Amino acid sequence: MTDKKFKGTNSYIATDDLKMAVNAAVTLERPILIKGEPGTGKTQLAFEIAAALGRPMYEWHIKSTTKAQQGLYDYDAVARLRDSQLGDDRVHDIANYIVRGKIWEAFESDVQPVLLIDEIDKADIEFPNDLLQELDRMEFYVYETKQLVKASHRPIIVITSNNEKELPDAFLRRCFFHYIKFPDQKTMEQIIDVHYPGLKKSLLKEALEAFYKVRDVPGLKKKPSTSELLDWIKLLLAEDIPPEALRAEDNRKAIPPLHGALLKNEQDVHLFEQLVFLDRRNTSRQ
Amino acid sequence: MKPSITELLTLLEALKSGVAGHSVEDFYYLSRAALVKDETQFDRFDKIFAAHFEGIEDAFRSLVGEVPDDWLQKQAELMLSEEERAQIEAMGGFDKLMEALRERLEDQQERHEGGNKWIGTAGTSPFGAHGYNPEGVRIGQQGSRHRRAVKVWDKREYRNLDDKIELGTRNIKIALRKLRKFAREGAADQLDLDDTIDKTARNAGLLDIRMVPERHNAVKVLLCLDIGGSMDDHVRICEEMFSAARTEFKHLEYFYFHNFVYESMWKDNRRRHAERIPTSEITHKYGSDYKLVFVGDATMSPYEIVYAGGSVEHWNEEPGAVWIKRLLDTYPKAIWLNPEPEQRWGYTPSIKLTRELMDDRMYPLTIRGLDDGIKRLH
Repeated sequence: MTDKKFKGTNSYIATDDLKMAVNAAVTLERPILIKGEPGTGKTQLAFEIAAALGRPMYEWHIKSTTKAQQGLYDYDAVARLRDSQLGDDRVHDIANYIVRGKIWEAFESDVQPVLLIDEIDKADIEFPNDLLQELDRMEFYVYETKQLVKASHRPIIVITSNNEKELPDAFLRRCFFHYIKFPDQKTMEQIIDVHYPGLKKSLLKEALEAFYKVRDVPGLKKKPSTSELLDWIKLLLAEDIPPEALRAEDNRKAIPPLHGALLKNEQDVHLFEQLVFLDRRNTSRQ
Repeated sequence: MKPSITELLTLLEALKSGVAGHSVEDFYYLSRAALVKDETQFDRFDKIFAAHFEGIEDAFRSLVGEVPDDWLQKQAELMLSEEERAQIEAMGGFDKLMEALRERLEDQQERHEGGNKWIGTAGTSPFGAHGYNPEGVRIGQQGSRHRRAVKVWDKREYRNLDDKIELGTRNIKIALRKLRKFAREGAADQLDLDDTIDKTARNAGLLDIRMVPERHNAVKVLLCLDIGGSMDDHVRICEEMFSAARTEFKHLEYFYFHNFVYESMWKDNRRRHAERIPTSEITHKYGSDYKLVFVGDATMSPYEIVYAGGSVEHWNEEPGAVWIKRLLDTYPKAIWLNPEPEQRWGYTPSIKLTRELMDDRMYPLTIRGLDDGIKRLH
């Protein structure tokens, strides 16, 4: 049992269900799988857990070419072959060519660490299956040196996924699961508050209204997310835009200022401009 | 939903270690995290949970349900104006009012999201006079957490993630990812043996490893979209799907047809009459390793499929059935995605007919359908 419970941090607002899922995973020492829209703070969560519980952090970012084995260790056979041809003494000990992976590093940590396996869905479809045993038992075998590596403390494993590939059932069964849904306006206010404390109420209100209005525009290719909203507010503050400039009435006639932070796609900007144009025409006709 | 024994054991273990505390809401969150591993299943879980807890919730109410009079009275006094208070006195005072309220509490068997008995009578009903809590019964239970919890799953926020509903703007992204899974196969580095031997020999026997990126087994797709007519309802979905698919495939050719495939199709809908491409040219140009995907509701008169001259737009020398047969002969891997709800397929003869022509390879345009269809294409 861990003595501490995760309650969110000064810079991260966690909803009740998220806290529950994290605490269950921490208590039972099972991996937790996090899904959700891009920009809702999936990766950030692992850092916040580490910060909140005061644990060291290991990150393993997955790419399409990442193999499960690389998280455990790599045997650099090519280097050894080359050394053998050059007559290097190192060649006699195979352990010299075993390169430790992130999972191994996390297993050897003195205190219970947090291990982030980021964007697991980017990897090959078999990737999660290859890690089943390691995540279950928290141990693996190094064939080259005939050595069993066992976790001294079962790490808190946070796995994020963008839903690009379906994960195998056997893998899912071993995890807790949480889907971060897009925060509602109230949660969003809290989130902004931890990032920009003391933000003028009027600016916050107008910004949020404009933001949710942009999100509600049908047919956007990429809806702006929390991280984009935070960037945008930062820009608004830096440029010292008055809240009146974001007022809803104006907003119908013009694109919100500094929209580049919210809309990341020229088709979206174009769509927005067209809507604004239509709207302007309608109002002028009346 | 198929939670496994492992997951149940995990849940029990978590309950035993006291992660969840003692509220239904906590239990809801915990059981969801432990048992449901797919957000498309959340809605189903919510429904089951609500159904399961409906009765239990009543039992809770009889345990906790007594509304503390003092509290209620205080609240009411806070909320009411002098005038209203006088009105209540006229009704027989607070005690009487409370009694009536409690009676209604007992009457109410169901959950309260629809409790219109408690709202709407604002002007005359003694309860309406309170006018600050539309869900009447909640007056007394503000403090107990399970009431709020019922709300959580009754909200059914994950409804539009359910994989059985039709594709819309919200879940098109997930559908896209399914397509992408289909498009991308294998990415790894391989040892280039020939080049390694060659380079090692040139290197006077010193090993020189050469790697090549594994060749992408890119999937080639012919996409045929029904446009106009009965498809107008579905045009938006199809366009989204189409524009999404276009960026995902390297080898993707798309064609439009109207209602059914005949001797020609077109690529640009604005110039559909000017620039037509003969279907035979398509079958000759694109090899049989292409996979054929039709998107269409297949809802039309059966004549349009089986008779020469059946087309509503032009005179076709040969019936559509012949043309689809030719296409299927050329492209053995083919599916038909149908945006019409699956339960209606049986009632539309043309859908039945198309399905037969397609050897039953028709799938609904839902995430599930797309998934099944793609599996079939492999």
